Amino acid sequence: MHDESLFLQAFIYLAAAVVAVPISNRLGLGSVLGYLIAGVVIGPFGLHLVGQEGEDVMHFAEFGVVMLLFLVGLELQPSRLWRLRLPILGMGGLQVLATALLITALAMLLGLTWTMALAVGLILSMSSTAIGLQSLDEKGLAKTDAGQSAFSVLLFQDIAVIPILALLPLLAYEKADLGGHGPALNPWLQAVMVLGIVAGIIVGGRYLMRPVFRIVAATRLREVFTAMALLLVIGIALAMQSVGLSPALGTFVAGVVLADNEYRHELEGDIAPFKGLLLGLFFLTVGASIDFRLLIERPWLILGLVLALVVAKLGVLVALGRGFRLAWSQTLLFGFALAQGGEFAFVLFSFATKARVLPESLTAVLVAVVAFSMLLTPLLLISNDRWLQPRFASPTEEREADGIDESENPVIIAGFGRFGQVVGRLLLAHRCRITVLDHSPAQIDLLRRFGWKVFYGDAGRLDLLQAAGAAQARLLVVAIDDPDKALEIVALAQKHFPHLAILARAQDRRHAYALIRQGVSLIRRETFGSALEMGIDALRLLGVRAHRAHRIAQTFRQHDEAALQEMATIEGDDALVIARSRQLTHDLEQLLQADGSSIGADNDQAWDVVARRELSQG
Amino acid sequence: MDNANRILVLFAHPALHKSWVNRRLIRAIGDLEHVTLHDLYEAYPSFHIDVKREQALLLAHDMIVFQHPFYWYSSPAILKEWQDLVLEHGFAYGAGGTALVGKTFLSAITTGGQKEAYCRSGANRFAIRELLAPFEQTARLCGMDYLPPFVIHGTHLLREADQIDPYARAYRLLLMGLRDGTVRWDALAEGEYLNHDLDRVLTSPR
Repeated sequence: MHDESLFLQAFIYLAAAVVAVPISNRLGLGSVLGYLIAGVVIGPFGLHLVGQEGEDVMHFAEFGVVMLLFLVGLELQPSRLWRLRLPILGMGGLQVLATALLITALAMLLGLTWTMALAVGLILSMSSTAIGLQSLDEKGLAKTDAGQSAFSVLLFQDIAVIPILALLPLLAYEKADLGGHGPALNPWLQAVMVLGIVAGIIVGGRYLMRPVFRIVAATRLREVFTAMALLLVIGIALAMQSVGLSPALGTFVAGVVLADNEYRHELEGDIAPFKGLLLGLFFLTVGASIDFRLLIERPWLILGLVLALVVAKLGVLVALGRGFRLAWSQTLLFGFALAQGGEFAFVLFSFATKARVLPESLTAVLVAVVAFSMLLTPLLLISNDRWLQPRFASPTEEREADGIDESENPVIIAGFGRFGQVVGRLLLAHRCRITVLDHSPAQIDLLRRFGWKVFYGDAGRLDLLQAAGAAQARLLVVAIDDPDKALEIVALAQKHFPHLAILARAQDRRHAYALIRQGVSLIRRETFGSALEMGIDALRLLGVRAHRAHRIAQTFRQHDEAALQEMATIEGDDALVIARSRQLTHDLEQLLQADGSSIGADNDQAWDVVARRELSQG
Repeated sequence: MDNANRILVLFAHPALHKSWVNRRLIRAIGDLEHVTLHDLYEAYPSFHIDVKREQALLLAHDMIVFQHPFYWYSSPAILKEWQDLVLEHGFAYGAGGTALVGKTFLSAITTGGQKEAYCRSGANRFAIRELLAPFEQTARLCGMDYLPPFVIHGTHLLREADQIDPYARAYRLLLMGLRDGTVRWDALAEGEYLNHDLDRVLTSPR
């Protein structure tokens, strides 16, 4: 009976998500709103399919937030943060600070105590990554000034969640039991605990996890690695709870510690689907818990607060945009994209309620306000497009060619064995940033010891390519030694990342033909270059002078590469292939022999002594 | 425009990323109709020049421009290699070598040194036209008409875009004039540099 009700619940939630999210996406409202609306529909104010047990589901779903923060941590490589330090700290820092202060002041005017007002201010300074970035992405505006600025601000907010989580318990109006089993702690002692645990996680992540990952990865069983990743996140969450701290905080720190780990992309790829589902569930439960009686009883209060929130945030953002010298059109886009409450607000409100920072009567109102402000964003962006942007659009506003996206490496090298390494070393010597994927734990271990940054992962998996930054990269070098796998990766990349220029290592002629037919334009046969070099060596030992041997080899290469392209199109018909191949070999012989003989040669004639002699006589 | 002269610019610079002036110059002419910009170091990074292709290009154009920095009183190595290989006996000179007869030849060069350095009392002891004698004679042996050179001196001192832009504009105007035949050939003969008095050389556009 119990099982049945569990399955029934799972069925209702999943069905709501599967129906509502695609519709919401179609309407340009994004997935977060889709989940929220689905939650409203199945909740007590809709079809009443879920109700009392919603609380339990919410506890479960909050684990999605824990995973989200783990992934946010994984994304925060120190080197990347350092490159973006100016916009992140400048714009992001000022946005959070100014918005928080402004909202705190407004909240105090409305009669909240300063602790509550500050908590509300901090929580509402967050914007929605899901809505803001997704709307910009969908319109292809992510690379504009506004898009980049929005990205920086959201990144700072992601980081700011952590200190806010640590700070909130200090603002409690009464002692709280955070659902943990640990002893009730003095808030200051708790702050010290945070540092202690964080130090523990850093040490463990640095020195303990690498050998563990290596052993697990060596099994080459994907599900075991997935289990390992989940175990890690759940383990940290439990450890944090046992001392009465926020699990999200712990996993975030663990993520940051592992951001430089070679198994990062694999971890990201494994956790992401769980995060997505659980976070979806979380938004569903938030939607189901929105108290519509409030809207009916006090519609003007709610609407007024929504308006105040959006206007306050918009004001700060527009001032920042102008302060950082964005054009007016970009400033408005930047402002409207981020002028809403964020999904972190739901997390932080539920945390603040439990920590006795904010009373439930207040958070119920504010959760509704945030949800409505999110609902407003797509509408604001549409009206910005329709009515405001045309006033600022200037015909001279020519976009510079897309620069290299500073936040991701421009080159991904799949396979870092004897072939990929040479490619990678050459690029690195030219100060080109590369992301390297390899699927042999032993190889990675070895390379890491030599100071190479290599990540564990199978480039044949879409999620891993994504995690490695394929959407932002410019080149994909397929340098793995498995020919069939290489073709798979090429097909995958062509399908999902058509902008990527693909460079492929071909094992032999046949593999090269297959790659050419698949439309890869840059192909190098793995042994061709070195065999040619050895051919030159042999010619020289036979007495051919070095420069001439070199030129013969170059002519040979040109001819052979042209032949390769041609043969690729006729492969399949064996008789035809053999006939054509004989003809081409014959042509090449003619060409090279002509080069070596004297008069009547069609190449290198300028160096021909006989012709010169004729001239001086004539 | 059908009787326009087709111009082939053979451009050679081994380190273009360091040459602000040459980058500006080729950008100024890159889009001109009937002008083919052929970047030799880009086309033949290992100096393996495709002789047949180069000869076909020569045949398809009426005017040949060598654009390059003036290295050691001559061209960068690849342009010398190009001459050695492409200007074959029987094609460009000697018995039956008439492929280039009647075409026009122009040198467009940049030098680090100032104009004052290129005279008897200067560090380089010879004038640019004297130092370009091998190019002039090569053109004449191939039966081509030799134009006074287009020269930009003192490139080390050209740092700002507004210092370079007048030269880039002059280069573009000159190639357009050559293409459209709006050049006063009689005014050319005595000129030391083609770009000394461009207004006098070019008739006003029709």
